[in-house]
Amino acid sequence: MAPEVSQADEHEHQAVPSDPALRVKALETLLVEKGLIDRAALDALIDTYEHKVGPRNGARVVARAWSDGAYKQRLLSDPDSAIAELGYGGLQGEHMVVVENTPRVHNLIVCTLCSCYPWPVLGLPPVWYKSAPYRSRAVIDPRGVLREFGLELADNVELRVWDSTAEVRYLVLPERPAGSERLSEEALASLVTRDAMIGVARAGAPREQSRG
Amino acid sequence: MNGVHDMGGMHGVGAIQPEKNEPVFHAPWEGRAYAVTRAMGAWRIWSLDAVRAQRELIPPVDYFRMSYYERWIAALIELMLRNDLVTPSELERGTPDEGSATRTPPLTADKVPLLTAQGVSARRDVPVVARFQIGQRVRARTMNPVGHTRLPRYARGRVGAIAQDHGVFLFPDTNAYRLGEKPQHVYSVRFSAPDLWGEHAAAQDSVYVDLWDDYLEPA
Repeated sequence: MAPEVSQADEHEHQAVPSDPALRVKALETLLVEKGLIDRAALDALIDTYEHKVGPRNGARVVARAWSDGAYKQRLLSDPDSAIAELGYGGLQGEHMVVVENTPRVHNLIVCTLCSCYPWPVLGLPPVWYKSAPYRSRAVIDPRGVLREFGLELADNVELRVWDSTAEVRYLVLPERPAGSERLSEEALASLVTRDAMIGVARAGAPREQSRG
Repeated sequence: MNGVHDMGGMHGVGAIQPEKNEPVFHAPWEGRAYAVTRAMGAWRIWSLDAVRAQRELIPPVDYFRMSYYERWIAALIELMLRNDLVTPSELERGTPDEGSATRTPPLTADKVPLLTAQGVSARRDVPVVARFQIGQRVRARTMNPVGHTRLPRYARGRVGAIAQDHGVFLFPDTNAYRLGEKPQHVYSVRFSAPDLWGEHAAAQDSVYVDLWDDYLEPA
């Protein structure tokens, strides 16, 4: 179908430094000089994902769902709108699906083909999520993967693995930890880890938090 | 293509190595690589599908040797060369060729918040009939295209059931090569773990794969 995929026309451009730091620096300088990119835009992009968009966003979504039953229903039935209510959404989270963990169902998210991940609520993915060991095993041996993360699933729990092969991005709504009934939404959010929203961990128990 | 990127079900590629308090970028150059790729994408000359297709062309030995953002940069350079945005001599010397036009970047700092907040949707608001209904049993086609596809090998030929209809999206297999958006329904298809991996897999477990209409046939 695709004539362009031939590798016969490989270009020779090995003079660009092989050290990635030097290579990227040289490339950035060239592209700025050609007027193809704007340095301040690069700074703004990096600042966005280092400081503004990350798993704290998702944690606030989860905490709201735990505290507000009507919000939780909206989050499950119309996730894009519900997430937008908290001011989140956009790049690599244009079309969200939220999957709910219960005592009988556990959900796990992966992208076996590349590194698809819900940026607006979780930020950029950790290295292990993008790496071959996780991508290869999450679908064939998900219980083994969870065990390595310290999560032993009982046999009566149904495990659902979501492979993000299209432009839909997934977020796990973890189970609300026991003993968290009296916590404020803000305190609840502090129990929600990135790993819990990928599905490789449970949300933390309140006691664990106070122990630091 | 049946490339090394299609990793679902592979054995022997090592242990998962989570990192405590992992930074978003492990070195400044990773952030720059990320941002340069995004900023070049803002020209809208190539699609995200084209980017993925390009990264998949990295030969397996290199794919495993390179870090994530090294792969991004390698693919970006190829895309820029193919689309005549840079020349081999410019890459070699690190400065623009004599007489080359100076352009105006489409992505400036003030536009970054809008880009990240709005995103780029691959959904298409066009009336396309869904070939399958929720609950219907389907078989993922047996196919081995040499080009880009999002039907992972582990699902090909396997029977599952339509769990959800996500709506109409452009088709990556053609869109990656500017051969048309071919908008069609994307479904979440549930495959039982034993149907994918054999009887040792837990009977109560399943893998949900998002698949386009063209990847499926009635079962």
